[in-house]
Amino acid sequence: MIIKNVVCPFCGSLCDDLTVEVEGNEIKNVDNTCKLGYNKIVGYSHGRIEAPLIRDKEGLKEISYDKAIDEAAKILCNARRPLMYGWSSTTCEAIEKGIELAIKIGSLIDQTATVCHGPTTLGIQEEGKPSCTLGEVKNRADLVIYWGCNPFHAHPRHMGRYSTFTKGYFTNKGRKDRKIIVVDVRESDTSKVADIFLKIEPGSDYKIINALTSIIIGNGDILPEEIGGISKDRLEYIAGEMVNANFGIVFFGLGVTMTGVKDKNIGSLSRLVKELNRNTKFSLMPMRGHYNVSGAGNVFTWLTGFPYAIDLSRGYAYYNPGETTANDVLARKEVDAILVVASDPVAHFVNPSIRRLAEIPLIAIEPYTSATTELADLIIPVAISGIEADGTAYRMDEIPIRVKKFIDSKFKSDLEILTDIINRIDRYE
Amino acid sequence: MNELIIKNGIVFDPLNNIKDEKKDICIRDGKIVDDVKNPKILDVNGLLVFPGGVDGHSHIAGAKVNSGRLIRPEDGRRSLKPKTSITMPSSGYSVKNVFSEGYDYSIMGYTTVVEPAMPPLSAIHTHEELRDIPMLDKLSLTLFGFNWFVMGYVSRGEIDKLAAYVAWMLKRTRGYGIKIVNPGGGENWKWGKNVDSLDDQVIHFGVTPREILNDLMKVNEILDLPHPIHVHTNKLGQPGNYNITVDTMKLASGFETQRGREPLHITHVMFSSYGGENWKTFDSKADEIAREVNSNKFITVDVGQLMFGDTTTMTADGYLEFNLQKLTGFKWSNSDTELETGGGVTPVIYSPTVPVNVIQWAIGLEAALLINDPYQVWLTTDHPNGAPLTRYPEIISLLMSKEKREKEILQVNNAVNKRAILPSLDREYEWNEIAIITRAAQANSYQLRDKGHLGIGADADVTIFDIKPNEIDPSKDYDKVEKAFSAAKYTIKGGEIVVKDGQIVKVVSGKTYWTNAEFDEYYELIEDDLKDWFANYYTVNLDNYGVNDVYLTNPCMIRTNPTIGSRVRLA
Ligand SMILES: [Zn+2]
Repeated sequence: MIIKNVVCPFCGSLCDDLTVEVEGNEIKNVDNTCKLGYNKIVGYSHGRIEAPLIRDKEGLKEISYDKAIDEAAKILCNARRPLMYGWSSTTCEAIEKGIELAIKIGSLIDQTATVCHGPTTLGIQEEGKPSCTLGEVKNRADLVIYWGCNPFHAHPRHMGRYSTFTKGYFTNKGRKDRKIIVVDVRESDTSKVADIFLKIEPGSDYKIINALTSIIIGNGDILPEEIGGISKDRLEYIAGEMVNANFGIVFFGLGVTMTGVKDKNIGSLSRLVKELNRNTKFSLMPMRGHYNVSGAGNVFTWLTGFPYAIDLSRGYAYYNPGETTANDVLARKEVDAILVVASDPVAHFVNPSIRRLAEIPLIAIEPYTSATTELADLIIPVAISGIEADGTAYRMDEIPIRVKKFIDSKFKSDLEILTDIINRIDRYE
Repeated sequence: MNELIIKNGIVFDPLNNIKDEKKDICIRDGKIVDDVKNPKILDVNGLLVFPGGVDGHSHIAGAKVNSGRLIRPEDGRRSLKPKTSITMPSSGYSVKNVFSEGYDYSIMGYTTVVEPAMPPLSAIHTHEELRDIPMLDKLSLTLFGFNWFVMGYVSRGEIDKLAAYVAWMLKRTRGYGIKIVNPGGGENWKWGKNVDSLDDQVIHFGVTPREILNDLMKVNEILDLPHPIHVHTNKLGQPGNYNITVDTMKLASGFETQRGREPLHITHVMFSSYGGENWKTFDSKADEIAREVNSNKFITVDVGQLMFGDTTTMTADGYLEFNLQKLTGFKWSNSDTELETGGGVTPVIYSPTVPVNVIQWAIGLEAALLINDPYQVWLTTDHPNGAPLTRYPEIISLLMSKEKREKEILQVNNAVNKRAILPSLDREYEWNEIAIITRAAQANSYQLRDKGHLGIGADADVTIFDIKPNEIDPSKDYDKVEKAFSAAKYTIKGGEIVVKDGQIVKVVSGKTYWTNAEFDEYYELIEDDLKDWFANYYTVNLDNYGVNDVYLTNPCMIRTNPTIGSRVRLA
């Protein structure tokens, strides 16, 4: 059977034009996909955790699903300061259920933005987010800037589908109608296709963004001759390109959000875009990594009022990044049990946090072996959303798309497992 | 059988011409009935009884609202309330979380609310939030005002295709009606520009706001849609815009409809009733607007009342938000949506010491006081643009008491005496008129036959306020009026008591209404265009576009009777 218009559950580009060939209950082939999406979909059945596992002195041993739900409920109920973490690679429906559980048990809850675009959120909370959908870029953008990101590798179809090579309504010559600028600290495959590559000194993003703003608002004369390894002349030229574009966009990645002054980089980028809109049309967009990290932020926000790092122990949502962020509560050794859903914190967190993760009961709802499952005390295998379970995901431009289920799974979905845990806790109460 | 009788209330039910009558109300299985056998008895002994409140325009769900919440944690931290044994945690003052939106409306006696700006491409998002809002019945209006298909069909004069497209879109987005924001102008904003009159051209598309409005008004009638075209005028929020507002209103003059409602609704008219040439010469033209409304039976408006304080503005009119941000310097978000619509969000602080804000405040009240027929003017704050929804009780007390207004006028900048006419207005709203502008007028305009009244067969949505209309004088006891409207004695939703003494006592999940206006072979009319434009210009596949019923709580489809030549309603 050929299934068309399948949504790729890999990165924030959320391409929805894949063709999947399924025979029986097996995937035979996938078309229209990048390598990353191909490997995830075609390789979905390799290396799966086959049954719920619990750790005792001898190591991990199999238990029944029912027993696993029981153990999960017990761990969460007995914890005084539980944390629920992950969410960026599952559906919004599962995330909603997770928040319901967090509210119920008075848990901390955080999502993976905390270690990637968290500073973007903070920058946006200072200055706002002048943005647009990817189709606006496709149809209009004559100037595209990639800043601190390498879509060629991280979002392989982004440039082809949305931002560089694609033809749109007002850009019917595609690449020829667009000027591409890459700003980064090193050359990359993305910078190789750019018209202009600004190789900047590491950590100088903030200076350069503000220098561009100064030039654009007419205060360029106060600038030194060289900023962050770029000459003032060159910056004036770039500023000119920005002002003279009909529709410009800055895509930015972790190279901006996670270096130097982090959230201040993003705040100043937003201010730059705001100033540019006095002269022309300009937008910015974070290159979100996981396919539904944007959905996680959205669901957290409409349910609790805040996008991540939420402490529900008081019965209401207390949001204070730096205090309630996962790495901070772990490093302070406050957390005494953790539930991980659809992510791998052990691979991404800082050392003090990982040390704490090793000390406390760790429940992982995960399909595959990962650094996190290596430390887990209880592992509940799960169906893979977007392949074995359907639901809603949000693209990096906040557009919701329903991901499909095209393979039957013997495993329950994140949504079902979380629902079972809630029901089990109800039985205890 | 679940029966309830509300005894001895003083009932105001304008759509059934019941006014100030001591009357029992019988309820069985969620509906109003003529008598009951073995009911639970609620003796409300002289208290004020209204139909459940209907808010016809309030931004409660979707991308814009969530982007307001996202950029404003400082607002989220206001009004934090912990969960209870039955309710979920609340947050937010002007941009509330979904739970708080439902609870706060219900506590004030509202039972039905319309989200008035759904971007089609993110319609799933709007419906996900609507689904999660408790306590209320919900509707949403789909944005069409600068959509490429719409402008294409208008420019080519293809009215049948336009009708087919609107019908298709309402079904795909589970929308209730046509919302038009800054017709045509929104497309120009995508190049950083706007339109200045009804006859300005939309860049590249060769159509004008006037043509877009006229054709969508025609289509609205062809498709027999329950609600008028719902219009946010061009130049909204700019000094001197009252002219274009009056011009827009005149488009509806003489336009007869089959349904018992007007063809055109002008929303949050306060923001469109500005005089002056700039912010320095800014003044109120509410009198000009009211003159047009009073002589033009083909339009309704809602107020969009502004109240002093901090709030968050949000609209599909991105140009407006950008310009507001230029004045305030506050944070600003923009969200242009491919082929369809746009939007912006920015916080604002309305100050009683700032002349412009004081005049804006006066304009809303003037419009409400100068428009004679209360069925033509609904009470809204355009939540949260003019003020958060929780400010309604205060506005009701202002409309009911000249004394209260005089007291307020003394507190605010003197511009109110020079560039507004509020101080000279004597009218005081009566209870019955309040019931119309907060209930009956909206229910009628949305043609929600089971809402906004207490006749036999209506949904048993009832509000009982803790005030005895025959024992108080609202023009003097305005504080009591405000208090009573802030916290209902009882809110009854679908026959169940959900609020008692201003507290949520039961959490319920409401219905979601949408309009199905499909007609014979409507899809075939536009199929090629859809396939072509989706393949070439959208970034989402046609197959993956839109919403289905899994996202709706208790979906209620409203069937219409479209007639397009020989084509009629799809069987
Ligand atoms: Zn509005």
